[in-house]
Amino acid sequence: MKKSKYYLIIILALTMVMISACGSNDDDNEGSSDSGDDSSASGEQVLNMVETAEIPTGDPALATDAASFIVFGQTMEGLYVLDGDDQPVPAIADGDPEVSDDGLVYTFKLKEDAKWSNGDPVTAHDFVYAWQRALNPDTGSQYAYMFSGVIENATDIMNGEADVEELGAEAVDDNTLEVTLEQPVEYLNSLLAFGTYLPLNEDFVEEKGDSFGTNSDNMLANGPFVLTEWDGSGLTWTYAKNEEYYDMDNVSLDEVNVQVVKEPSTAVNLYETGEVDRTAALSSEYAKQYANHEDAATFEEGSSWYLKFNQERDGEETPLANENIRKALAMAFDKESFTEQVLANGSIPTDGYVPRGLAVNPETGEDFREESGDLIGYDLEQAKEYWETGLDELGVDELALDFLGDDTENAKRIGEYFKNQLETNLDGLTISLENVPFKNRLDRTTAQDYDIVMHGWGPDYLDPLTFLDLYVTDGANNQASISNEEYDQLIEDAKVTYANDPAKRWQAMLDAEKILVQEDTAIAPVYQRGRLTLIKPYVQGLEEHLFGPDYSLKNVTIEK
Amino acid sequence: MAKYITKRIIYLIITLFIIASVTFFLMKFLPGTPFSNEERLTIEQRELLNAKYGLDQPVPVQYMNYMVNIVKGDLGVSFQFENQPVMDLLMNRMGPSLQLGVQAMIIGTIIGVALGVLAAMFQNTWIDYGSTFLAILGKSIPSFVLAALLQYYIGVKLELLPVASWNSFSSSILPTIALACFPIATAARFMRTELIEVFGSDYITLAKAKGNSRGEVAVKHAIRNALIPLITVLGPMAVGLMTGSMVVEKVFAVPGIGEQFVKSIMTNDFPIIMGTTLFFAFLLTVIILIIDILYGIIDPRIRLNGGDK
Repeated sequence: MKKSKYYLIIILALTMVMISACGSNDDDNEGSSDSGDDSSASGEQVLNMVETAEIPTGDPALATDAASFIVFGQTMEGLYVLDGDDQPVPAIADGDPEVSDDGLVYTFKLKEDAKWSNGDPVTAHDFVYAWQRALNPDTGSQYAYMFSGVIENATDIMNGEADVEELGAEAVDDNTLEVTLEQPVEYLNSLLAFGTYLPLNEDFVEEKGDSFGTNSDNMLANGPFVLTEWDGSGLTWTYAKNEEYYDMDNVSLDEVNVQVVKEPSTAVNLYETGEVDRTAALSSEYAKQYANHEDAATFEEGSSWYLKFNQERDGEETPLANENIRKALAMAFDKESFTEQVLANGSIPTDGYVPRGLAVNPETGEDFREESGDLIGYDLEQAKEYWETGLDELGVDELALDFLGDDTENAKRIGEYFKNQLETNLDGLTISLENVPFKNRLDRTTAQDYDIVMHGWGPDYLDPLTFLDLYVTDGANNQASISNEEYDQLIEDAKVTYANDPAKRWQAMLDAEKILVQEDTAIAPVYQRGRLTLIKPYVQGLEEHLFGPDYSLKNVTIEK
Repeated sequence: MAKYITKRIIYLIITLFIIASVTFFLMKFLPGTPFSNEERLTIEQRELLNAKYGLDQPVPVQYMNYMVNIVKGDLGVSFQFENQPVMDLLMNRMGPSLQLGVQAMIIGTIIGVALGVLAAMFQNTWIDYGSTFLAILGKSIPSFVLAALLQYYIGVKLELLPVASWNSFSSSILPTIALACFPIATAARFMRTELIEVFGSDYITLAKAKGNSRGEVAVKHAIRNALIPLITVLGPMAVGLMTGSMVVEKVFAVPGIGEQFVKSIMTNDFPIIMGTTLFFAFLLTVIILIIDILYGIIDPRIRLNGGDK
């Protein structure tokens, strides 16, 4: 009995250790939250907001995720940043660069007062180092291709076939950066604002080694805020004003507290009780409920969603190789009721591929989407005509097609909507829904093991090419055997032939979209995604972006 | 006893080895790559990345490498959280889950046992029916419903406790209650059934005959014997609670391991899947060992090494 009592004591002791270990964690956190509460109570410039995902990494070369890019959007600046209208404006670059006559060599002067948060100046070497590092295969950057075809020799370095030193980026002196392009690139400024193009302080990164960017102590800022109190995988972090920032006088916020909330109802509850000042994008069910709320704000994102028709499966042509069948399908569903009833989150129906707000005509300033117009819309009668013709050409009475989607609730509802619309409107059509996990869907689209898939694409840079480039013959993301020689030629023209002729280049892209959507109907446009957030009226000046970081906090003021 | 524990520890290592191996090969059947930007990678880039992380090697070779690393104590680095060592991630995320689990377990057992004892002592009275009713409710209300209700009524409407977040003891109360419901219900039901059986046995009649009061009989003589079956179910349940509930953690924005584990599977974060599985398995085997030792303490008739000869 004595023996057994002894064991009982050991077990109790172990339990106590466990509990006290957790308890000590509490204490650390308590301190931080208290300070947050105090300052918000006294009406200072403090913003409390919600995010939906953890920060995967604080290393710009490794970042792939919206959450990381949002952090860089607040803590770092590249040569350019996006302004409130999504126009790239010089940031670390001191004004626009000198450009050689052939449009290949850019010489940037850097701001002399730009500093890192440890006090080091931001120099041209920091850019050269960061770009070389991102392209070095040893780094494992998944966005390295953003340099490919833009900066000289980037592709070879990325594929391990050339030395990083051969990259077309050179620090002439501390404040002069010379960048040599592979070919003139119209949208270079927007690339220069992208996360992968951010500078890095070599000494700092090398000192941290593998732990660079794994928590807020292992990061350095050169933007309006510094990231603090991020443990590397936690659900909370804070931005504090960066005292070394060159434009610090124009930053009003002292502190931003971020809390990750993955459950939409919780985010809404936190907002209702006033604990947060802004929610992240609300999912459909809540967006619908809050659409008429006075604090609701909608924003059109830069991603375009459409039905992709696979023309070749298992080495054989599918019924979708028939143009009339594709046109019938593309016209046989009501996009408007889809975005209003099913998505209900601020998304807008679209009859084109390139999203609104992405790029404007270099001469007239007209938006690409406006100028290109409505290429294919909901038209039941025409759809039925095309359908009959298509069936005749195929020599069949009925068709059975798969509709591939993710296995999320939302994706299932989307699938149901399309099944219902298409089967009702087109006689003899049977749609079987296949809802699989995300990774599985990617595998199956890559293997072209599907008939129809709802595909979404967001921009890598601010130019229609980032969308149109997908559907050149044998393009890596074509995955549907879409092929048209004329289209390929137009894209080649836009990329190379007219690289230095903005007007002709623009026209080539307009023509290309027309072929893809209106003439061939290789894809059927559905909607441009929107997001609906709740934001307190006293939060002023928050800028949302359709590319790069979702928003910028630099100009936010709290006007209580 | 020492001999017994040594033997059990050897079994534990073998169990962990088998679990690690099975998980490793199952995991390799997952479709896709662990790369989050998979869709946009060029073929060359994908090959380079696979080579960098050793994913281009045959599965048996990867398995060997992984096993060797585990023995060295290296669980690798995460893919979702780039360069974040799995060990650090587990450490960061386990704390809140363990705390909630232990709190829910303690509260659940204490309240559950009390309810069960009351129900058994006052069998077929309103106390018994009331406690059974509570037990059925606790067992049948799904935790996401309960969590959402608690959050809405106590957090939003009454503003008594924080709606969500994880920064003070008070923010752990609602998730603990949400988690504790199930153990309360389970403990109450087991306790009642067992006690009623024990109350009918001869030695209890003897204890009563000796003049002990009803309360004395229950506390001194009956409860201890009724605890054995309860402990059998409480062990695995404790592990279930401590490894984190995805639903409760999501609703209350708790930085625990439950939600993270599910996400690691969805994103093919191989090292995290392995690390978490191993950790859970370790926890389960250790707790089962503790329970076996507890048996001996509660009921000296149970001998761990087949009786001392």
